[in-house]
Amino acid sequence: MPSYVDPSKCDGCKGGDKTACMYICPNDLMVLNVEEMRAYNQEPDACWECYSCVKICPQGAIFVRGYDDFVPMGGQVHPMRSSNDIMWTVKFRNGNLKRFKFPIRTTAEGAANAYVGQKGASLDDECLLLETALPTPKK
Amino acid sequence: MALPNKPKGELKAVVNPEVVEHDVDILIIGGGMAACGAAFEVKKWAPEGMKVVLVDKASLQRSGAVAQGLSAINTYIGENPIESYVKMVRNDLMGVVREDLIYDCGRHVDESVKLFEEWGLPVWKKDANGENLDGAKPAKTLREGGVPVRTGKWQIMINGESYKCIVAEPAATALGAENILERIFIVKLLLDKNKANQIAGAVGFSTRENKVHVFRCKAALVACGGAVNIFRPRSTGEGKGRAWYPVWNAGSTYTMCAQVGATLTMMENRFTPARFKDGYGPVGAWFLLFKAKVQNGLGEFYANSASVKDELAKFMPYGASPVTPTCLRNHLMINEMREGRGPLYMATDVALNAFLDDRKAAGMNDKDLKKFWKHLESEAWEDFLDMSVGQAGLWAGMNVEPEKVGSEIMPTEPYMLGSHSGCCGIWTSGPNEDWVPTINNPSRVHQYKWGYNRMTTVDGLFTAGDGVGASGHKFSSGSHAEGRIAAKQMVKFCRDNASYKPELKQTAQELAAEIYAPVKLYTENVGLSTAADVNPAYCKPAGLMMRLMKATDEYGGGVATYYMTSGKLLNICMDLLKLLREDSEKMAAGDLHELLRCWENYHRIWCVEAHIRHIEFRKESRYPGFYYRSDFPTVDDQNWKCFVNSTYNPDTKEWKCEKVECVNILATEPWL
Repeated sequence: MPSYVDPSKCDGCKGGDKTACMYICPNDLMVLNVEEMRAYNQEPDACWECYSCVKICPQGAIFVRGYDDFVPMGGQVHPMRSSNDIMWTVKFRNGNLKRFKFPIRTTAEGAANAYVGQKGASLDDECLLLETALPTPKK
Repeated sequence: MALPNKPKGELKAVVNPEVVEHDVDILIIGGGMAACGAAFEVKKWAPEGMKVVLVDKASLQRSGAVAQGLSAINTYIGENPIESYVKMVRNDLMGVVREDLIYDCGRHVDESVKLFEEWGLPVWKKDANGENLDGAKPAKTLREGGVPVRTGKWQIMINGESYKCIVAEPAATALGAENILERIFIVKLLLDKNKANQIAGAVGFSTRENKVHVFRCKAALVACGGAVNIFRPRSTGEGKGRAWYPVWNAGSTYTMCAQVGATLTMMENRFTPARFKDGYGPVGAWFLLFKAKVQNGLGEFYANSASVKDELAKFMPYGASPVTPTCLRNHLMINEMREGRGPLYMATDVALNAFLDDRKAAGMNDKDLKKFWKHLESEAWEDFLDMSVGQAGLWAGMNVEPEKVGSEIMPTEPYMLGSHSGCCGIWTSGPNEDWVPTINNPSRVHQYKWGYNRMTTVDGLFTAGDGVGASGHKFSSGSHAEGRIAAKQMVKFCRDNASYKPELKQTAQELAAEIYAPVKLYTENVGLSTAADVNPAYCKPAGLMMRLMKATDEYGGGVATYYMTSGKLLNICMDLLKLLREDSEKMAAGDLHELLRCWENYHRIWCVEAHIRHIEFRKESRYPGFYYRSDFPTVDDQNWKCFVNSTYNPDTKEWKCEKVECVNILATEPWL
């Protein structure tokens, strides 16, 4: 189900140094055409449909069309992702709609404790950070 | 319209890239769960001034197998004895596993899961009435004794759309943004010029600008996932992107380590998951949470039939487990299909309606029943939307409502990996503790420990996650924990080798020329044809990948033959791989994206060669349902309950396969 870009919505991230979809795609598929200031998926048959580009696009310009070798036309799955939840709209080929909302994160973005500055005790045992003793197998 | 003999992409490649050299102490290669675990942990042990850099070919927030999210964490030990976890993994992987590595993973993994929850990952909980609460509802945390929603004995449910973003954040904070280099694809490890069998660096290139990056390091972690698109997939058009495992995993971990002489283990193992047909949506929650069963084309729920019990009895002790090993479950499914009793359906309709009937029978009123159904339906769809949106898209396109109709399931094309229900990978040291077996053999190829946990047989070279072989069922959480284990050990290695100054065998310019060879080939020859993709002097990576997948599918036991191969077929496959390896030097790239694909394919070909060599060497069928050898069709515990380890010698360029003793740490009576 490759992603595609709606040219009426894409603004090429205004030519900034980071085009959002290009920045995020795990498979290096999304690229910006500088002349047109629009992005596109350069290798649709290598798209995992992970939706990373769809979720990150600040203009909501990226959608997904089902893989043409097995998905009948007309359905669509589209997310709206906020900082703490995601709303999915599932449109069926027959026009039926379903909506689902799920939490995605319970802390504020940037708030995850990286334990910066905290040091482990001894390099010569197997304990990791926050661990003080480890079991060994009982036969 | 201009003639199509121009580079296609937006980022043209030039023949002479800029060369950038970096000196670091520890190099983390990869950006998935294991690499993020390492990035989080490493600074907790590193002294002031130790330089640690992470290099990711993608973007840390959404790289690796968890990029899309996950709906469950498959390894959380919780209330269970770690010994039971080891026994489950040992049985699922047909007896040939490193129990030391599995136990070690089991004793660290929960700490990683507790950190994920603390960082913001919503973990489902049970309320006082035993009903499921989603992960955003107020409840005690796992650390405080909160009760997670168990599906199987080891799995817990999460709202995991942002799982990877959440895990990447503290990894990046801990390491410092300036030490995370994204969009650089490391393609070769480099040995030291003076010290034999010692890692000294790595080289790669940017997919955003014409730059080759050469790193010198004292220790390196390679954690770049498993291998995908190595066998012809069932969908060969656009849908070949809808691989079950991440389509960007190109076997880089195994190839790069093997090429510098790191011993591989159990490369004969592969994983051919049974998943919803075409969309490859997960089946775990359907089996475990919704208690769905598989129905054959005759409408029979065959799993508990007498003939199935007889079939499983052929594979003792493995077949006796209450949870049949994954490969044997596939084997039973393939039997149904081969006998013409397909298609096989996950009876989602039967399962969901059984839940409703139960509630009705217990006297639930219509209003509550409707609410209960909404919740159940939402749970069912979330399972796909969190981790395999394409499956939801397929259901939408097919008008599938799971409460009304079942969905077809099918075993996929084979994949290679070491963290899921597969165990191919690299042979590593276990913990340096007394309970880990001591083997009376001077070679690391036969030993279980040599001082640094998760170090490969090459000094200073570590791996984790899909990289560590003979110890599957780590999944996302175990991979993170294993990255943390390796991180601490790399710091220890650097401390113990403080005087070591890495020196490379080749100059930076020589390396750059090698990395950019496909660009030179393209530029010099593109004028020989009016079309860039059809040229007498070079091939394109897309075509070469199809050639590889055709060879493995037809001769290496792919879906074309119902996973059946033989010594004779494997040798044909080896011959084709030799030609592929030669022609891989004729791959051409006109732009940076294509250069990425060239090197990925190069990695694929090597890793498949190791796979085929191992299957050929092991004269039995250890994993019925994953692959079969028609010439040695049974599980032969008497001769083959051992590891197969292989080592490529970078000096002589020869491979050596050998049998290695498999030692049980836990009692084998009772087996489970």
